[in-house]
Amino acid sequence: MAALIIRRILQMIVVLFFVSIIVFLIMQLLPGDPARIMLGSQATEEQIELFRQEMGLDKPLPIQYLNWLGGVLQGDLGRSVVQRDDVSKMIGERLPITLQLGIYSLLCSILIGVPAGVMAAVKRGSVLDSFILFVANTGLAMPSFWLAILTVYIFSMNLGWLPVQGYVPLSQDFWGHVKHMVLPVLALSTSSLAMFARQTRSAMLEVIRQDYIRTARAKGLRENYVILKHALRNALLSIITLLGLVLGQTIGFTVLIETVFNIPGLSRLLVQSIFSHDYVVVQGCVLIIALLVSVVNLLVDLSYQYADPKIRYD
Amino acid sequence: MESVIDRQTAVESPKESPVRNFLRALVARKLVLAALIMLLILIIIAIFAPVIAPYDPYETNFNHTLQRPSAEYWLGTDLYGRDLLSRVIYGARNSLMVGIVSVGIAATIGSLLGLIAGFFRGVIDTILMRMMDALLAIPPIVLALSLGAAMGGGLVNVMISLGIALIPNYARMMRGQVLSVRETDYVIAAEISGASRWRNMFIHVLPNSLSPIIVLITIHLGVAILAEAALSFLGLGIQPPGAAWGSMVSEGYRYLAANPLLSFAPGVAVMITVLTFSIVGDGLRDALDPKLRDNL
Repeated sequence: MAALIIRRILQMIVVLFFVSIIVFLIMQLLPGDPARIMLGSQATEEQIELFRQEMGLDKPLPIQYLNWLGGVLQGDLGRSVVQRDDVSKMIGERLPITLQLGIYSLLCSILIGVPAGVMAAVKRGSVLDSFILFVANTGLAMPSFWLAILTVYIFSMNLGWLPVQGYVPLSQDFWGHVKHMVLPVLALSTSSLAMFARQTRSAMLEVIRQDYIRTARAKGLRENYVILKHALRNALLSIITLLGLVLGQTIGFTVLIETVFNIPGLSRLLVQSIFSHDYVVVQGCVLIIALLVSVVNLLVDLSYQYADPKIRYD
Repeated sequence: MESVIDRQTAVESPKESPVRNFLRALVARKLVLAALIMLLILIIIAIFAPVIAPYDPYETNFNHTLQRPSAEYWLGTDLYGRDLLSRVIYGARNSLMVGIVSVGIAATIGSLLGLIAGFFRGVIDTILMRMMDALLAIPPIVLALSLGAAMGGGLVNVMISLGIALIPNYARMMRGQVLSVRETDYVIAAEISGASRWRNMFIHVLPNSLSPIIVLITIHLGVAILAEAALSFLGLGIQPPGAAWGSMVSEGYRYLAANPLLSFAPGVAVMITVLTFSIVGDGLRDALDPKLRDNL
């Protein structure tokens, strides 16, 4: 097990190394000279040249990359070109908000999606099954930002129950926090909820056909016990597999949801920096997001072992 | 006389024709049939938008701004007095085009990379697949957004960046297919009888790996259209006054109180289109190869 974990971590590091190259190269495509953006239009040619030398922007690309990577490895993601702040610090302030949003919405989608999928599978072909499938398919096709706007229109603008936008920290005001989070989490979790429901349903249908389920029923176990202890447990593997995929998607969607609700999270920072050509911040944000996704995928891989002892990595 | 009998037997035994079998399986489910019809309607709307749209989608009319739905303007008008229905209809063109082009890019390049990785294995395989893993570690929206912005936005750049963001899925799928197909008897037989590597790759391995790719393409058309809507919502993609569903949702957000349809109608259009593609994709998968159900 220890050897496996080490090997997977090494693999992850290689992948992240490739990510850093990709991110760095993409940012070289960004229009505009970072020195000129940072110093403003009044700067003289000499000032800009001096600044480029200080920042190492006059060096060849591979050297610039290595300089950046060296900093990253020491936890220094560089300095923002536009906001003139430390990127690591900026990300550190905003990442928890995005994580909060992501965790709430993952919890919601699992706590509702998985039971819905189980119910649909158990009552296969019933009205309930068709209803759950219909809602799930619609949820998957619905643009999350559109759902966000729809719910703002209904619950904030017309009914006045919830705030239109903004963010309140949990430590500051519990109910304020909850109120501000309801609509973003709803919009963010809908499509992942649908994915969990569909995946659970098809995995359960597969498992319910197996002989050991028939055996469990034949020996007189209660149906609920058979479904929850025998069937769901065995369907768990494909549900866990989905987790890695859903996490990536959820973080991707926070880009939209944080924009709609004006939530000061990492994704909002990313979008703002992309449009203000603040390439150092974009590099940092994308790298941190990739790190997050990779770590979760690693945990998912390792948890297979726990969910299904039959799986052994050679 | 003989030819008539032949024709009759052909009609009576559909097993003779794989194409007909496939079509029959495809339209067997009413939902899939409905989605196919909807797809046809969408394509017709996109192609014949100038004929179908009641007004010019770009023509501003400052006497009729932000109107609510009426007999004259079925869905109302936007801030510039442009007819919303006409703009939604024109939006279909943009969406379908972005979907088709970007998925086309992803499927072509991705399949090729997967084919190369699966066929040659070894170092090439390792490097290519680690690169694909790296691309997969960045959420597609984030990747497409960064790429699109870096290349300067605009319709073409959005299509390219969405295409690149979807490449890894095809590369992985194709590689898996190649690895299993190349172990089959007919490929080994071809190899023994002296067929060259390239011939083997394109004549034997490629055609036999296509059905999951086709299914993935259909499903991704919906994904790409949803992603394009997201990018144009954020301000990338087709520039004003062009009509894109995502940017219409975003513009309408500011005038929700005046006419909520400005935001809602284009969103519904996205939803119907994506739903259509996902149902057709499911149907294709079941008709082509029911075994794929677990993998796609």
